[in-house]
Amino acid sequence: MKGQSMDGRLIRVRGQVQGVGFRPFVWGVARREGLVGHVLNDAEGVLVAVAGAPEALDRMARALAEEIPPLARVDAVEAVAWAVPDPAPTGFSIAASGAQGAETRVTPDAATCPACAAEIREAGARRAGYAFTNCTHCGPRYTILRGLPYDRGQTTMAPFEMCPECRAEYRDPGDRRFHAQPIACPACGPRLWYEEGGAEVAGDAIALAAARLTAGGIVAIKGLGGFHLACDATDAAAISLLRTRKRRPAKPLALMASAEVLARFARPTPEEYSLLAEPAAPIVLIGKGGGKGGGLPDGLAPGQGRLGWMLPYTPLHHLLMEAVDRPLVMTSGNLSGEPQVIGNDEARGKLGGFADGFVMHDRDIARRLDDSVERVTGAGPTVLRRARGRVPGTLPLPEGFDDAPQVLAMGGQMKAAICLTKNGQALLGHHLGELDEALTWAAYQQALEDYRELFDHRPDLVAVDLHPGYRATQAGEATGLPLVRVQHHHAHLAAVLGENHWPLDGGPVAGIVLDGLGLGADDTIWGGELLLGDYRGFERVGWLKPAPLAGGDAANREPWRNLMVRLDAAGLGDLADRLLPEAPRDVLRRAVAAGVNSPLSSSAGRLFDAFAAALGVAPGRMSYEGEAGMALEALAEGGGPAAPYPVALEGAEIDPAPMFRAWAEASEPPAIAAARFHETLAVAFAARARALVEAGRAEAVALSGGVLQNALLQDALIRHLAGVPVLLHHAVPANDGGLALGQALIGAARGI
Amino acid sequence: MSLRDKRVSLAHGGGGKAMRDLIDEIFTGVFEPDSMEDQARLSADALRDPGARLAFTTDSFVVTPVEFPGGDIGKLAVCGTVNDLAVGGGVPRWLSAAFIIEEGTDVDLLRRIVATMKVEADKAGVRIVTGDTKVVDRGSADKVFVTTTGIGIIPPGRDIAAVHIRPGDVAIVNGVLGDHGACILGARGDLALSSALESDCAGLGHLMEAALAAAPNLRAARDCTRGGLASALNEIAEAAGVSVEIDEEALPLRDEVKGTCEILGLDPLYLANEGRLVLFVPEDEAEAALAAMRGVDTGAGAVIIGRAGDGPAGQVTMRTLFGGSRIVDMLVGEQLPRIC
Ligand SMILES: [Fe+3]
Ligand SMILES: [Mg+2]
Ligand SMILES: [Zn+2]
Ligand SMILES: [Zn+2]
Repeated sequence: MKGQSMDGRLIRVRGQVQGVGFRPFVWGVARREGLVGHVLNDAEGVLVAVAGAPEALDRMARALAEEIPPLARVDAVEAVAWAVPDPAPTGFSIAASGAQGAETRVTPDAATCPACAAEIREAGARRAGYAFTNCTHCGPRYTILRGLPYDRGQTTMAPFEMCPECRAEYRDPGDRRFHAQPIACPACGPRLWYEEGGAEVAGDAIALAAARLTAGGIVAIKGLGGFHLACDATDAAAISLLRTRKRRPAKPLALMASAEVLARFARPTPEEYSLLAEPAAPIVLIGKGGGKGGGLPDGLAPGQGRLGWMLPYTPLHHLLMEAVDRPLVMTSGNLSGEPQVIGNDEARGKLGGFADGFVMHDRDIARRLDDSVERVTGAGPTVLRRARGRVPGTLPLPEGFDDAPQVLAMGGQMKAAICLTKNGQALLGHHLGELDEALTWAAYQQALEDYRELFDHRPDLVAVDLHPGYRATQAGEATGLPLVRVQHHHAHLAAVLGENHWPLDGGPVAGIVLDGLGLGADDTIWGGELLLGDYRGFERVGWLKPAPLAGGDAANREPWRNLMVRLDAAGLGDLADRLLPEAPRDVLRRAVAAGVNSPLSSSAGRLFDAFAAALGVAPGRMSYEGEAGMALEALAEGGGPAAPYPVALEGAEIDPAPMFRAWAEASEPPAIAAARFHETLAVAFAARARALVEAGRAEAVALSGGVLQNALLQDALIRHLAGVPVLLHHAVPANDGGLALGQALIGAARGI
Repeated sequence: MSLRDKRVSLAHGGGGKAMRDLIDEIFTGVFEPDSMEDQARLSADALRDPGARLAFTTDSFVVTPVEFPGGDIGKLAVCGTVNDLAVGGGVPRWLSAAFIIEEGTDVDLLRRIVATMKVEADKAGVRIVTGDTKVVDRGSADKVFVTTTGIGIIPPGRDIAAVHIRPGDVAIVNGVLGDHGACILGARGDLALSSALESDCAGLGHLMEAALAAAPNLRAARDCTRGGLASALNEIAEAAGVSVEIDEEALPLRDEVKGTCEILGLDPLYLANEGRLVLFVPEDEAEAALAAMRGVDTGAGAVIIGRAGDGPAGQVTMRTLFGGSRIVDMLVGEQLPRIC
């Protein structure tokens, strides 16, 4: 091309553009369009210096917006003129990367792409039947990362030296494995085997495991972010064996199946299906009983309306699913309460008592990541547990936070996750779990270190919950850095504002925060709140009338306690006596009267527990968090449209006592009562929030808190807020897994 | 009987005749001052032994109700201070006792309290050698508060301290946990807890001597009072710079205590004890220590509950019945629910 018709442009691309095949993509477009120049990675993203015919340059610009690789996310494209050097370059090249910078350099793990999935099924192909096939558009990322920068030597692929054929693919910009760090083939990559009783069994690992599984056995399978325990999901006896061995009586078990098999047992909506098929491959909660192939055993998720499904997300899973041709339970491989195991020896030691066999391989898992859990509500997808496939993704900070300091937010106690802010980005870490569990606590401390390093983070201040007993709060205090103490439900509100890009100066919002428990600004325990505020501060303008938590944390485990105190408060003590004949009511009532371990709480979660107990769908003691509330939601889904029960409005207080009285008088079918309960809460809070907007005191209504994982309740709130702007959770959990983002934003707002 | 009043009045604290009568009538014969001077003059003979040391401690006692099944505030006041001396290796010798008495307190109650103090002091082999009384307005105290101060002798060569604990050392408690705390909850009366529980309140000096005789390398001991076993272990792990892991299955708990805790949502690890201690011995002395402790009445229920480890310094964990490992923290202020 002659200098005469040659224009030059310098194009900056920001976003998730590194480690996702972006440079070869640009290289391919440039070659196609006959452009010259180069592309490189630097601290700010990707920089393209390109010259050629103006029309070709325009086509390149369009391609950067429209044709990007599957795992890339472009946040911004900025172009300026490029003074083309003399002599002009004769071709287009991929230049060596610039210095490492501030942003995260590694992308989330991604499910096997269609090309790789097809390749492993191609008879005679080099990677036919190979469990570790991957390319630039798929495969392990964060779970194999040991350190930065993200290249093979810093991953657990380091011990596997590339064979000449893989090396050639790795070096060829025209190959979809160009610079795919975990590239592997049977000649040079990790090896799969099956073992029983500590000894490898000769033969095809997939076939051996499939045989054991279809015979009703339990097999531990080393996956991407940890081990799973698997069994045949159509076999009630295998399921109950797994539950007994794992001491997990009722908590729902996740399922994995190929798309074809899944369609025989469940009927995902198109939205649910596209969520299942995302590269993140989360567990998606899908309504039970939609399948045409008959019901699955009730023991998979007793009392719940949904089952958690996921599609195979590694070649290993694809091969196994094909071999068993039925859904498998794929639950995390751990001792009750502990984090998932990741090491081979650890698995043998800890899961040996649960599993009849092990599918093992010799690629180490560097970082433990649970499967993400998501669901589709009437308002779109929303994440319940944010982990594999979603981290370490970053979220852009809202407008007005450009000058924000670097904040480290410590999160909560039960669904611990941390958050770091820097350079206009927030990195919300993965779900860790309950911090009183010793190994989880160790994982939390490790996460603090890992994310700091990954983000090259030097916090100016630390944001913590008000609760002095949260281990996360104590860890924040121990840093010695300036502290911002953030009220729990204010953090929930800020989290939902933040993920909706609500500007720093966007004005006050009415936050309906329906939650379990969080320490209030007045030292009582909150959890059913209407807050009016923004990132900088808030006012508590409405709440559920408090009731005692009879027995403190015991009231969080035993729903009947909440029923008793709510019935007593409604003047229905006799009814409590009849409904709870076996309970130690007398002692507990006296303890409440004497103030022994009975703090007051406005918790919405405990009101759900109370009502679930009233309707007989709550266990005496819950074996997992949210069990009673989820059962109440499942019950209400069959109840159809319902009229709300009355509540009493006394000043800022919403008293549910009239609801209990009306329920006691009505003697309706439980499903209808459950539906009316949801409607009652939705109407009570929506009406007040709407009034704030209509009075000009709030710009929008935001919904957050763990109880808002309940899609039925969220849908009802949205219905009653029609015409009002409503902000909802999507990428950030409404539960305490999203708390740290809110803490970080509040900390940043106060630090600006 | 010179003290005819049934109730203590402000005049009894006035320093005049009424006060003299109160002291004569109630305290004389129980307390054993060396002279009529306002100080005790104690023999320092024991300190002639090269390397012998004095142990010196003080504590104030407040409890509602002041009398409860298995004891009263006087017993607490003697045992508490005796135990503070004993767990540091001191052989308890002398006590002082100071009383703050609420106007209107039943004089017979005072007599009973003082009598139990005498019984406990005799059992422990200590003498109450000096004391004080003050009477305060109604409502300024709850019947009676007692402060005791104790002096003991640590024999030459004896050095018991948390810093000597090594990973692998074995932790032993001397009996069922939480009886005192559960008993006091029941004795408050307003909870209608029907139970036959008695406080575990007891002096532990003889038990310590027996354990030391059998396990000469006994590292350290702590009495598990307020804050229960959990707080004692946290203090000791912190001071020792080791981790401690206990085993839920091994914890000695009465069914009644478990039941009370379940109903009220309390954790027995944090319930107060007044006659329980946890001690650490090298593994090879554990069986001898156990046997020796079981030979003393206050150690009849001695069991191994866990051991020191080389995990994070100061961290106490409990292997639960389900196999997980739960961190057992120090209480932060009052116990607030944390589950979200
Ligand atoms: Fe919360
Ligand atoms: Mg003391
Ligand atoms: Zn691929
Ligand atoms: Zn190869």
